[in-house]
Amino acid sequence: MILRELVDLLEAEVICGEHHLDEEFECAGASDLMSDVLAFGESGIILLTGLANTQSIQTAEIIEAKAIVYVRGKKPNKEGISLAEKRNILILSTKFFMYKACGLLYGRGIVGVGNLK
Amino acid sequence: MVSHYDLSRTFEIKGRDFSKAGYVSINIKEILRELGIDPVIVRRVAIASYEAEMNVVMYASKGEMALKLNPKVIQITLEDEGPGIENIDMAMQEGYTTATDEIREMGFGAGMGLPNIKKNADVFELKSTVGKGTSYNIVIYLNSKGNV
Ligand SMILES: Nc1ncnc2c1ncn2[C@@H]1O[C@H](COP(=O)(O)OP(=O)(O)O)[C@@H](O)[C@H]1O
Ligand SMILES: [Mg+2]
Repeated sequence: MILRELVDLLEAEVICGEHHLDEEFECAGASDLMSDVLAFGESGIILLTGLANTQSIQTAEIIEAKAIVYVRGKKPNKEGISLAEKRNILILSTKFFMYKACGLLYGRGIVGVGNLK
Repeated sequence: MVSHYDLSRTFEIKGRDFSKAGYVSINIKEILRELGIDPVIVRRVAIASYEAEMNVVMYASKGEMALKLNPKVIQITLEDEGPGIENIDMAMQEGYTTATDEIREMGFGAGMGLPNIKKNADVFELKSTVGKGTSYNIVIYLNSKGNV
């Protein structure tokens, strides 16, 4: 799936990193626990989380996530946004809850971590 | 391989400074990436170093992380001043944590950090003196596959 389609699918707001929107992805992971993301995350995934602090952005950078999707309308604060800009990462925010956001992605064939062919 | 493959750098980590937590590890990651080191190895180093860095921020007053690199190994050492760890065997177990609610709200404190460092490292040594501090020695061989 192209990241631009993800924006439409989740009716998401693009917070920063718009220039990434034509890139493709095929795998996603969801967690509010950054230690779990560090233990199980894979590079190139979309990270869905309800944790909109700077640590989620640092963690995404460490595991080389393609983008972060904040659920339940969460958004990073100004500090977080400038960090994300510095890290050159795409940040989206969707009003949908975690369950629905994941379900929509799964329904479109996006696999979970550990399931990439 | 490349001649600048011998490198030694040190970085300061401030305890409780959550706004800066992660900067050292991302710095290290960038250095390794620019040297053209295998991305899989870079990732393992970054994850191990980030969990170690977070532990200093969460539990200690300050620490110094050192990165050493030669054509065969990457070594990350970390010395902190802090409360130390009373029972290292216990701390190494998955799920063991003394994290506060504040730490948990930040997405850490699941007791997965030290086990994950062990998983990503080829050598992981942890030493501690209660009341003084903790030291980490993390070694990753450039030609290793790891346990991940
Ligand atoms: N640098 C440190 N100084 C003091 N205690 C530490 C340090 N690193 C780890 N610990 C102790 O070991 C426990 C387990 O660490 P870890 O596996 O990283 O899990 P977590 O950070 O989620 O608690 C911590 O809860 C803490 O009690
Ligand atoms: Mg930890």
